[in-house]
Amino acid sequence: MRIAIVVGFFALVILLAAGLKRDPRVVPSPLIDKPAPAFELPRLGSAERFSPKDMQGKVWLLNVWASWCVTCRDEHPVLVDFARTKRVPLVGLNYKDQKDDALKWLSRFGDPYQFSVVDADGRIGIDYGVYGVPETYLIDRAGVIRYKQIGPVTHELLKGKIVPMIEALEKGSGSK
Amino acid sequence: MIRIAALLAMLAVAGVLGAKEAVPLGDDPKVEARLTAIAEELRCLVCQNESLIASRADLAMDLKRQVREQIKAGRSDAEIRDYMVQRYGDFVLYRPPVKSSTLPLWLGPFALLIAGFCAIWIFVRRRRAAPQPALTGEQEARADELLANRADHPSR
Repeated sequence: MRIAIVVGFFALVILLAAGLKRDPRVVPSPLIDKPAPAFELPRLGSAERFSPKDMQGKVWLLNVWASWCVTCRDEHPVLVDFARTKRVPLVGLNYKDQKDDALKWLSRFGDPYQFSVVDADGRIGIDYGVYGVPETYLIDRAGVIRYKQIGPVTHELLKGKIVPMIEALEKGSGSK
Repeated sequence: MIRIAALLAMLAVAGVLGAKEAVPLGDDPKVEARLTAIAEELRCLVCQNESLIASRADLAMDLKRQVREQIKAGRSDAEIRDYMVQRYGDFVLYRPPVKSSTLPLWLGPFALLIAGFCAIWIFVRRRRAAPQPALTGEQEARADELLANRADHPSR
């Protein structure tokens, strides 16, 4: 009886401790392993338009950012470094931003993106389940979302998770 | 800080002009009633302990706009809820559906309650079943002696 109480108590402690360690702000995305929602948006500072279909056959990253987003600024140098490696195309989704602010932001801090697309009223963000900028999606050759990072991408995350996943996806089916 | 200043400036301007805050698309009371009913059951992703209807977060406003548009487009409540779940997962629902991943959530409290009752039952039964420890002859003699002479304070 005593032992049962002690075991029960510790089980409860472990359960609650595990609950405390989880970050409640990270909501698992239902979009993982689902096709990336289609859209067609104008590019930032250009008349051209972009659709995820244009990336068919490539593994690529879609990074949601905004000039008003404070955490994006912390994340930015990491993306600039990553872009230098030219590992995969990095496309920005400029979320609910002003065009001038966005362009100024990029010229000030550097532009890691192949290009950014403009989601001025946040509709495409909603389709992608964006709820906290920055967010980053890893999309495979078939246009399927394989991974979503909520919050800033870090060097550790790139090295430990995203780049290995890119390698696996590039090696996987449909490699050229 | 800039945002607050901007907000104050906007309020001041609105006050001067006697203007009412524009409520986009929110002119039909029937649509608003349905929006309220649906959005009360949805969680705001930004401030997670608030419902979508209560939240003034930017995203919540956008999502309400989406719900409003879909109501106007004639979608059913279930369709609108599905739209949210497809994008944000079951987490947006304050009443999560019963399925294998949410079974602990639905059944856990009852399981704990039953476990509690079982523990009490076992505890009480054991106590009843436990035999009173019999006294040895020596102990019994000592007890009799103590009872016979209460003023006696024996020192060992």
